[in-house]
Amino acid sequence: MALFSCFVIGTLFTISIYLLLSPNLLRWLLGIALLSSSVNLLILIAGRMVSEVPPFIERGYLKPIQQVANPLPQALILTAIVIGFGLLVFALILVRKIWQRTGNVDSYLLHSSEVGSNKAKQFYE
Amino acid sequence: MNNTWVALLPILICLITIIGCLISWPWPFLQKIVHIAGACFFMMATCTVFYAVSSSNYLVVSIGNYPPPFGIAVVIDHLSALMLLLTGIIAMSVAFYALVDIPARKQAYFFPIFWVLVLGICGAFSTGDLFNLYVWFEVMLIASFVLMVMGNSRAQLEGTIKYVALNLVATILLLVAIALLYGITGSLNMAALAAQIHQLPEDHFLWVVILILALAFAIKSALFPLYFWLPASYHTTSVSASAIFAGMLTKVGVYALLRLFTLIYIPEINGAILSLLLFSSGMSMLTGVLGAASQFNFRRILSFHIISQVGYIVAGLAIFKPAAFIAAIFYMVHHIIVKTNLFLVSGVVKKMKGSFNLKRLGNLYSTEPYLAILFFIPAFSLAGLPPFSGFWAKLLILQAALANQHLILLVAALTASFLTLYSMLKIWGHAFWRAKGADDSRPSLAFSEKAILIIPILFLITMTLLISIFPNLLYQEAKLAMNQLVNPQDYIQAVLGVA
Repeated sequence: MALFSCFVIGTLFTISIYLLLSPNLLRWLLGIALLSSSVNLLILIAGRMVSEVPPFIERGYLKPIQQVANPLPQALILTAIVIGFGLLVFALILVRKIWQRTGNVDSYLLHSSEVGSNKAKQFYE
Repeated sequence: MNNTWVALLPILICLITIIGCLISWPWPFLQKIVHIAGACFFMMATCTVFYAVSSSNYLVVSIGNYPPPFGIAVVIDHLSALMLLLTGIIAMSVAFYALVDIPARKQAYFFPIFWVLVLGICGAFSTGDLFNLYVWFEVMLIASFVLMVMGNSRAQLEGTIKYVALNLVATILLLVAIALLYGITGSLNMAALAAQIHQLPEDHFLWVVILILALAFAIKSALFPLYFWLPASYHTTSVSASAIFAGMLTKVGVYALLRLFTLIYIPEINGAILSLLLFSSGMSMLTGVLGAASQFNFRRILSFHIISQVGYIVAGLAIFKPAAFIAAIFYMVHHIIVKTNLFLVSGVVKKMKGSFNLKRLGNLYSTEPYLAILFFIPAFSLAGLPPFSGFWAKLLILQAALANQHLILLVAALTASFLTLYSMLKIWGHAFWRAKGADDSRPSLAFSEKAILIIPILFLITMTLLISIFPNLLYQEAKLAMNQLVNPQDYIQAVLGVA
């Protein structure tokens, strides 16, 4: 099961890196979303999936009675999901603003602040 | 030890200032007062932490009183305290500068996010847990995104998307490395990792994890060949934001590299990755200044120089000898102060002459001679002219390289120094020295505005001159920090309480 999950995560990483390399900013955004999710899965696998029992302690006991799921990766994943969500929303709004301002989402056309571009003149003013 | 709670003071002051700035949003004058008061208290807090660490070498606070391998620990040693002190100095300087630099209608947005950035930086320097480091990196990152795009001009949108793209990948790589490290060792506390590293089973793949961590921090530190986001973005944003980015953000990456390689130390693994870092730092030194050679935008030249100077600092790390560590820490301190100062000066030039383009500037030496002095000192300190702080810093790095037979690195460092001098002379010659004909008449700044812009620059120049005239003070402090770095068992002892 863990081995199969590792292959799945590897495939997801491949797809997201392919999307990240795209000049189209919307595809890049999807790549970021998929990459964040894949890393969250990686944290889950790294914590060893030994049990699906929720990590609670019964009333009156000091330790869990049976083998419970590892709670630490769950905490890490929750944090990572929230952080990834915040960053993704920001990137989405940024892409939207670029689309509103330039009319396209092609990253090859975002060069007006670079040297040697014929659009560089209007930046330097 | 009942005064270890001071370790939390910088983070607390930042949090209170953020909340205060947000609450006083509808009243700009009140917000300015909260902002400045926060800056002053923050500076005092970092000085207090520095003083506390100088007497008791480690300050360890367990958050929530959960003992360290299980809970998050705030660990401040000499290096962290030094970096926190620098954060205090830079934050206070840029905070004052931003009072005039940021237009009044944007100040309400700028001040809270500025303090979120400073909070992230402080947290990253204070933490003793790897996942907590990731979280503080994210806080810093999202604040830097917002600061970079504030203003929404076309150049800013472009700069921000390039910054976002590469730094998001760095962040996710860091998370991948943390996941794998947790899978191998079962712990994310830095001290516990350092203690456990030598007891792992033989078939571990730790070198992959350390490589990914080094890669993530190298993207953050803008090392060759991962630095292309920096000159694409730093020159597009507002001057205050670019000043604090230039001073602090890449140095957090370098600090993380220092922690990583000194705590998680396995000779055969680290040796290979360190030689990779050595190559990368040498190439950073050269390609950074070569990139600056073709630029005529004031801030873009300075951005390329960030890359070059970070190459020097990481070269000190990659040589991995005690003298080299002292050189790296000394250089880091010198560079933070000088680089922020240069960005602030470039902002004053923009306010007075209206442009960052060197071809349109000129004659500043006769119209504003004091500005020429204010540029001269940090610029030629950056280039390594004696007796300024850059001379001592470069001397230490070159001595460390020579003593360890890294002759190619030595030649690269010297070449980069000459090319840095060329760049600074270019700026000096174009913007300050040459007598240009008609300059566009701009409304001159009021005296109070000029004062608020110049006083932080003067403060930073005083720091540079202090280091220049009394380099031994900083050297001794760097030596204390180095002693703690090369003895990770003291760190483990202080955090976990066991040898």
